[in-house]
This record gives sequence, C-alpha cells and structure tokens, in this order.
Amino acid sequence: MSTTASRPASRQDKAAAGVANFADDSVGASKIVNGFARKVFPDHWSFMLGEISLWTFVILLLTGTFLTFFYVPSMGEIPYEGVYAPLHGQIVSEAYASSLAISFDVRGGLIIRQIHHWAALIFVASTVVHMFRVFFTGAFRKPREINWVIGALLAILAVFEGFTGYSLPDDLLSGTGIRIAQAIMLAVPVVGTYLSFFFFGGEFPGHVLIPRFYVIHILLLPAIMLALIAAHMFLLVLHKHTQFPGPGRTNDNVVGFPLFPVYMAKMGGFFFIVFGVIALISAFVGINPIWAYGPYDPSPVTAGSQPDWYMGWLDGAVRLTPGWWEFTLWGFTFSMNIFIPTTVIILVVMAVLVAYPWIEQIATGDYREHHLLDRPRNQPTRTGLGVMALTFYVILLISGGNDIIAHMLNLSINDLTRGLRLLLFVLPPIAFWVTKRICLGLQRRDREKALHGRETGRIVRLPHGEFIEVHAPLDEYERWMLVQHESQRPLELQPAAGANPDTLFGKVQHALSRFYFDDRVEPVTPAELEAAHHHHGHGGEHAAIDPSEKGSAKTTNSLTTQG
Amino acid sequence: MTRTLSALSARRRHPLAVVLLIALALTLTGGLYAALVPQPASAQPEQSASATDIAEGEKLFIANCATCHGFNGEGGDPQPTGWGYGITGPSLVGVGAAAVDFQVGTGRMPLPYQGPQAVPAERIRFSQEQINQMAAYVASLGPGPAIPAEEFLDITALTEEEISRGSNIFRTNCAMCHNFAGAGGALTKGKEAPALFNVTERHIYEAMTTGPQSMPVFNDNTIAPEDKKAIIGFLKSIHSQPDPGGLPLGYLGPVSEGLFAWVAGIGLLIGCAVWLGMKSS
Repeated sequence: MSTTASRPASRQDKAAAGVANFADDSVGASKIVNGFARKVFPDHWSFMLGEISLWTFVILLLTGTFLTFFYVPSMGEIPYEGVYAPLHGQIVSEAYASSLAISFDVRGGLIIRQIHHWAALIFVASTVVHMFRVFFTGAFRKPREINWVIGALLAILAVFEGFTGYSLPDDLLSGTGIRIAQAIMLAVPVVGTYLSFFFFGGEFPGHVLIPRFYVIHILLLPAIMLALIAAHMFLLVLHKHTQFPGPGRTNDNVVGFPLFPVYMAKMGGFFFIVFGVIALISAFVGINPIWAYGPYDPSPVTAGSQPDWYMGWLDGAVRLTPGWWEFTLWGFTFSMNIFIPTTVIILVVMAVLVAYPWIEQIATGDYREHHLLDRPRNQPTRTGLGVMALTFYVILLISGGNDIIAHMLNLSINDLTRGLRLLLFVLPPIAFWVTKRICLGLQRRDREKALHGRETGRIVRLPHGEFIEVHAPLDEYERWMLVQHESQRPLELQPAAGANPDTLFGKVQHALSRFYFDDRVEPVTPAELEAAHHHHGHGGEHAAIDPSEKGSAKTTNSLTTQG
Repeated sequence: MTRTLSALSARRRHPLAVVLLIALALTLTGGLYAALVPQPASAQPEQSASATDIAEGEKLFIANCATCHGFNGEGGDPQPTGWGYGITGPSLVGVGAAAVDFQVGTGRMPLPYQGPQAVPAERIRFSQEQINQMAAYVASLGPGPAIPAEEFLDITALTEEEISRGSNIFRTNCAMCHNFAGAGGALTKGKEAPALFNVTERHIYEAMTTGPQSMPVFNDNTIAPEDKKAIIGFLKSIHSQPDPGGLPLGYLGPVSEGLFAWVAGIGLLIGCAVWLGMKSS
C-alpha cells in the first residue's frame, strides 16, 4: 500500500517538474520568475498611490463583470413592475428597469453597484493624486517620458470610461448628462451636427445610445485601458522604480525590498485594504440613488444636475463662460461658449500634460537619465507650476458645483460665479508665486541647516558675556538629504549645453530656462561645507560648536530627537 | 284722443300696481340672492365667528403687517434698503387665506430681515388661531385660494399607484428647482427653492396654490387637487423611509458624492498607504 501511496506522489512531482521544465525550456520561465521575484522596489508611502489606482481598477473589473450579468442594455420601453413602489407602472427603459432590478431584486446587487460606483470615483481620484506625485517628484523625466504619456492617456480614458458608466443606468441624471454630451458635440463648429447624428444614430435620444455606450464602457475602453496599464507596468519594471534620494541611493541603483516575498505581501495586503475601505464606504453611504432620480425623460430635469466629480471641472468651465461668446456668422451659429470650455480646454490641457516632460527638457537642456526623485522644494518653478495648475483645476471644479454651494451657503449664485471668474485668473498666478517663494525659503533653510546645523534651543553664555544658541551638527545621513541635489542654472551660464541662441528655438529655450532657474538657491558645495566647519572650529558668532563641545551638543541633539 | 288713451291706460293698470311690481321684483331678487350667493359663505364652518375673526385679524394685520402691506392690504411704498433688494409689501387683495397661512405659518412673515427672498424664521410669531384670524381678514379683501380642507391633505390612504403618479408629476413640474428628492436648489441672485424636508402637508399644498416668492402658481386647473395630494404623498413617502442605499449625503447628487470620495475615500486610502509605508522603515 505504501508503495502505491508513494508512487502517485512521485508521479505528481514528476508532472510538476515536467511542467516547470517545459515552461523553462519554452519561455525561460525560471529566469523570468527568478529575475522578477528578486526585483527590488524602493519603499515610500507615495509610491502606493498608483497602486490604489491599480487596485480600484481591478475592483471595477470584478464588480463590473457581476453587473453585466443582470444589466439589459436596451432603450426599449416597458412599464416598471419591480419592487420599488414609488415607480410602479411608470414607463421606463429596460436599461433603467434592469438597473433598479440590480438594486432591489438581485441579491447583493445594490452593494456591488455602490462598490462599482464608489470605486470609479476613487479610481479617477487616485489616478490624479498619483499623477501629481509623479509630477512633483520629477518621475516623468527621461527615460520615463513615454510612461508619463501612457499615464496621461489612461487618466483621460478613465474620465470617459467613468462618463459612459454614469450614463448606463438611464436615470434622469444620466440622461441629462448625455444631453449635455450631445450639446458638446453640437457645439463643435462645422461637423457638430454630423457628429451628433452619427453618434446617436439620428435625433437625440434615439434608440442606439445605451447599447453603444454599453459596448464602449464594458469592452472598448476597458480593453484599451488594460493594454495601456500592462504597458505602464511593463515600463515600470523595465525602467525600475524611481527612488527618493538618500544615503547609498544613487542614480544607478535601487535600494529597497525584493518583490518576493516583501512586496507580494504588501501589494496583496494593500489590495484587500483598498477593497475593504471601498466596501465599507459602499455599505454605509449611498451613491447615485437612481430610484430617487426616476427614469430619464427629455422633458424634466432636476436641480443640482451635476456630472461625477472628474467631469466637474468641464462643467465648471462651461458655467463660468459668458453666454455672449456665442455668435452667428453667415447664418450659422458658433457656440464658442460651449466649444471652448469643453472640447478646446480638454485638448489644450491634454497637450500641455503630454508635452510637459519635453518642455522641461528644453528648459533644463538636460537630456540625461534620472532615476533619483526630486524633493519638490528643490524644483521651485516646477512645483509652482504644478500648484498653479492644481489651483486652476480646483477653481473650475468648485465652479461646477456653484449652485449647490450657493444654496448651501445662502450665497447669490450670480455673485459667486462672478467671483469665481475673477479667481480663475487671479488665484493661479498668486499660487505659483507663493509656492515658488515657499520652495526657495525651504531651500534656504536647508542650506542653513546643512552649513550650521540644527538649532538646539540651548542658550550658552560665553565667558566674555555674549549669548549664543548652540547649533548641533547634522549627522552625515541627514546632511546628505540636504546637499545631494544638483545646481540648476539658466542655460546661458552653460553655453556648451545650450542651443544656438540666435534661432527661434534657441530664444525660446533661453527664455524658458531663465524662467525656470533665474530665481534659485544654490545647493551647498563641499567647499562651503568645509569652510563652515572650519569657521565653526573658531567658535564663530553664530553657531559655535567646537570639537570639545561636540559631545554635549550631541547629547542635546539626541534628547531633542527623542522629545 | 288723449283723454281716451289715458282713460284706457287708467283702466288697464291700477295705480298701485307699479308699487306692487317693484315690491315683488325686490323680493324675488333678494330671495334669489339669498338662495344663491351665501352658499360658499355658509360652507365656512365658523361662519358665525367669521365677523369677529375678520375684526381680530384686521387688528393683528394693522399691528404687524400694515407697515409694508398698507392699512387696507393694498400694498406699500417701497422700503429703503441698503442692499438694493427694494422690497415693497405687495398688495394682498386676492392672495387668499392660503397665502397668509403659508407665509405666516412657516415664519416667512413677518419678514425676519431684508434679503433676496423671505426665508423661514426660527420661531413662528403667531398662534394658529391668530394666523387663521389674519387669514380670514386677508380673504375678506378679495377672493383667493382658501386654506385646503383636511380631505386634500390626508395622504395615509394613498395607493402605490397614486404615489407613483405623484413622483412623476413632481419630477416634471417641481424637480427642476426643488431637486429630485426635494432637497432644494439655488435660483438667481441669492433666491432659492427651499428644501421640502419637514414641511407640513398643508404648507406644501398652500405653496402650490399660492406660488410664494419665485414659485409659480399651480392652481387646480394646472395640477388637480388629487394630483397635489399625490405629490405630497410621494414626498412624504421618500422622506419618511430610510434610503435603500445608505446615507443619502443630503440628496445633493454627485457634488456631495465627489466630496465624500475625496475626503473619506482618498483620505482613508492614503492614510492606509502611509501606515503601510511606515511599517517598513
């Protein structure tokens, strides 16, 4: 018996070994597995922002698949006969009826729908947060420009994916949203009407829209996004992850933990945390109460009709644009009041977003590879530009909810809109200037700290009566963080790197470079550091730490750190 | 010739006949008037108290309302304001008892302060009896919508079909300003369509018949009394039950949802990421 028991086991071993051998022989599996498992990833909480985005996408695929089992993508009209009493007998579309059925008749349907919708909002939000992390730390620089572009495409596709999903339940709100989408199409000069007729298969709303949006939402866009995410991840592995500067971290290495087992556990665990948090929110907080909105009908509309937040900035742009931008020429109406704040603004923002890595390359004249991240303060102009863009975006987003804000705060919507129009042009430049100044100030403080050490708060009276505050020197590791970055200067100071200043490109590059680096705080050089230490040795006026005092100062230092 | 004619006429009509005829006509007219006209007046339950109510109401009116609305409810001169909201008390001739019951009963009148529109005060300044007396006085100035009878406000017997009809009518006529769930919304220049949570059935009904502030009048030809009742039934049914989805975030739509997703969703997840990041170092 024991032999028969051992024989199948050995057979299994053989089978396993056979499979492994086959995989190894055919695709070099052992190399891949080995190489991948030992792939090292650096550790920082902000590197997990993109992971939130990835995991919410996985949650969306899982819950979305569940929803497709019960959703009916049809605009055919039927009387509603489900369990929700206040809609009994009303004529609704099959899409709406099936969405209500998912909410009330399918076991667990409502929570899955709510998880799907909350995950969608958080997916786009985490994508934006991830993008800003990448932007502010300079992770888009060579060789990662293409991955930045892929990310930007993913972000815009996520917005369209979200919008098509928002439209599918065919409730009053989603129908209103589609109507606005049609208005955006119609506002495109010359081809607008054709676009609308092509898209809706005739007059609005027609009968083909929901089936078309369904295919776009569950097949077309997810497939493209999956492919782009795969490329995004592949490039991430290929380029290796960037890391923050630190002791022992250089442009040529990656300091961190191996993928297996540390990151496998961390990433897997984080997936469940993300799923858990979203499930928790979905269990307690309702989202998109389609039963309360009622079925779509082109005649009614509800106060407070807003898109989901990621479209809110475009809605806000439309709300801020004055109506007189619309004009008639040769018998045609040009709705610039709709066209510019929607189609044009999306294209401009996308263009700037995609082009930014190259814009900065022109300004810096730096075509080297960068694997070490910037501390945002060390790039004052870039950080300022980022905060400026963020301010612009947030003002548009707030404008998208101007009626809700006016209602909640008892403000006049007219005054609020005028105020926001003003702020849209005034606040972003102020935000740029303030951010840049703060960054430069922080750099100066870093310089001060690197050269003269940390203030200990210990006041010492010298024999001749002078009072000084004792400064404790930083240890090597701390100091490294403050002095490691490179000096960045306008290109004119480095004629070798600049282009010919007489061509147009040269002039632009010149101007751009000066805009970026005219205001700067030079990083501490080794010579300065040496000089500062030497200076301290003599017990200078400002930060006297002589070697004999070093021991006591260090004690103070460690005490303050503990405190 | 003339004598013959006058003799003839003298013979045909007795001199007293004219008097008799006038007396008869007067009796008939008066009788008809008595038979036809007081019908609505006698339908008022407190017909006997009405005269005193009107008198009491007039006193209250003169003491509390006449400054803006004029001593006979004819409307007042423009009141000076610092903010350009030149509010003149409008004429109350023909606004009816329902308007008084709504405006005073919800605390919108007497106007607590000058603003884009009257808003409900924290405290109602009058008892229901006093409100009824003022309503009787204003109703006596000219015919207008009456305070609705109890039968139009009793929504307990509404069927599911009627509530469903109410939701449909509400969505078509009311949701554009008051929002899909009656959470209210903004109008121009600081005016608003107020939220309809915790508003009594009678006040909702009166708002529809009188069209207070920016609201249009929905008289019985536009929305029949039964349909008004159905609308009230729909509002009360969704406001009395918990929302199936959980916390409705004020029924404000995607704005409050987006804010929640950012603050709670992204906030919690970044908190978790920071926590996980701390574990390693």
